Amino acid sequence: MLKLALRRVAALVPTLLIIVTVSFAIIRLAPGGPFDEEQGVSPEVRANLERLYGLDQPLPVQYLRYLRALAHGDFGPSLRQRDFTVSELIARGLPLSAALGLCAIALALITAIPAGIAAALWRGPGADLSIAAVGALGVALPSFVIGPLLALVFGVHLRWLPVAGWQAGAPRYLVLPVLTLALPLAAALSRLTRASLLEVLRTPFVRSARARGLGEARVLWHHALRPALLPVASYLGPAIAFVVTGSLVVEAVFGLPGTGRYLVQGAIDRDYPLVMGMVIVYGALTLLLNLLADLACGWLDPGTRHE
Amino acid sequence: MSEEHSPPSKMRDFAGAAVVAPARRGLWSDARRRLRGNRAASAALALLAAIALAALMAPALSPWGYDSLDWQHLAQPPSLTAAHWLGTDRLGRDLLVRTLHGVRLSLVLAVLASAVSLLIGVLWGAVAGLAGGRIDGAMMRFVDVLYSLPYLFVVIILTTLFTRGSLIVLALALAAVGWLTTARIVRAQTLALKRREFLEAARALGVPPHSILLRHIVPNVLGQVAVYATLIVPQMILFESFLSFLGLGVQEPQASLGNLIFAGAQEMESAPWMLLVPAAALVLLLLCLNLFGDSLRDALDPREH
Repeated sequence: MLKLALRRVAALVPTLLIIVTVSFAIIRLAPGGPFDEEQGVSPEVRANLERLYGLDQPLPVQYLRYLRALAHGDFGPSLRQRDFTVSELIARGLPLSAALGLCAIALALITAIPAGIAAALWRGPGADLSIAAVGALGVALPSFVIGPLLALVFGVHLRWLPVAGWQAGAPRYLVLPVLTLALPLAAALSRLTRASLLEVLRTPFVRSARARGLGEARVLWHHALRPALLPVASYLGPAIAFVVTGSLVVEAVFGLPGTGRYLVQGAIDRDYPLVMGMVIVYGALTLLLNLLADLACGWLDPGTRHE
Repeated sequence: MSEEHSPPSKMRDFAGAAVVAPARRGLWSDARRRLRGNRAASAALALLAAIALAALMAPALSPWGYDSLDWQHLAQPPSLTAAHWLGTDRLGRDLLVRTLHGVRLSLVLAVLASAVSLLIGVLWGAVAGLAGGRIDGAMMRFVDVLYSLPYLFVVIILTTLFTRGSLIVLALALAAVGWLTTARIVRAQTLALKRREFLEAARALGVPPHSILLRHIVPNVLGQVAVYATLIVPQMILFESFLSFLGLGVQEPQASLGNLIFAGAQEMESAPWMLLVPAAALVLLLLCLNLFGDSLRDALDPREH
């Protein structure tokens, strides 16, 4: 188990290097520069700007410089937010974005797994129909629809929660954003839990556990639940990707000053160092969380442990 | 799905008559028959057709264009007796016309992006599977690396680079991430096909690799690809709306469902219909496409029954 984990961590480094190289290559080879839309800039000033940021150097030199700085945790200066380095912007936004994402995943897991188990145990036409409806709506209601609708109902009409905005230390500003991220995830996870538990309950080892005279509760807790949760754990990888991309929308809808907004604004402004820094941070985060999800799978499934 | 070669009643006669070989009952005609029996799928398809028709005809039927301003009716709520059935936005633009315009743009972009991504994916997967060895390893490693990035980040990088608002670039950026799963599915299928006798025979007869690819591999993977295609179109609509919502996709004054929902979210305290109309259109469109896609998948994959 430990060996597997170490090998997987070591494999992260080349993947990250590829991500850095590919995004550097795409961004620098494309037409258009960050200072194209600057008003009233003479060619001399532009040349000076480009020299200041090292954009006049040959590409391989720029690439090596970038890698060296990156090894020291320096993502370079932001081209548009002039007073900040990319690292400072990331440090400002990341705590809020991380809190948002972790709360959403936790809420989705806490609600979806019991709901899925309940739906698998108490089957009936009404329950099955509502599960199907939840699944269909989960597919058809993206976060950029759910978010504004929740804000409209709970913020504008009922006035229970703030419509948008953020104040440090006021968790009520996070309620609607977390709900927006968690709802589609909970829909998918509860359906997955239900389907997988139903499948496990039909297997021979559950039947023989029942034949040995074990009560339903004991069959569920000691035999059926752990294998049933395996597909749920392997879905955590896609769930993480979903939360990461969803947070871009949620931060835009609710005006939260997290990293997602810097990424979108950086993309609109063609702020290369900012976009690259964000892509690298998000890429590393996704890879790392996926690794954790894989290890959770290994823990749940003895079959994958001794590879 | 659009053309019908034989009426269903006749087909059932053929199937009933023991003498006639069931020659016409291939994968696709079977699927069509099953699909017609599915009432939810038929309803979804009919609704989809109605939405698509309305979206195509809107410019011809309505007195308003998607960017024409009506200064007499600014921010009008929806009313069937008024000049604008579903209301107007702050600039007096007709919301029904703009929503239909957005549906049309989303559909066209999604179909275009899906077609391009399927084309790349099928070729990539088939070539990798057929070539095998180092080439296969390198090609699929590339797919793995792209997979490990959240796909929308790749699209965001791509939209950063080119002129914003160009629909072709947007479709290509969407296609650039959509082909990965197709490539994997097709490669797996190709590896399975490669071991079959008819391919060995073709190779032994000296058929060149490119005709093995086009005559034997591609036709045999199309069924699976069709199933995946029904999943990818609604996904592309979702991605496109997502980008336009963030301001990275379709730009004003062009209307897309994404940027209409964004504009509506900004005005929801004073003009909630600006949010509700395009949001309802998107949800309806996605529901219909997914319902139809699920049914098509079941129809093409009889093992599930």
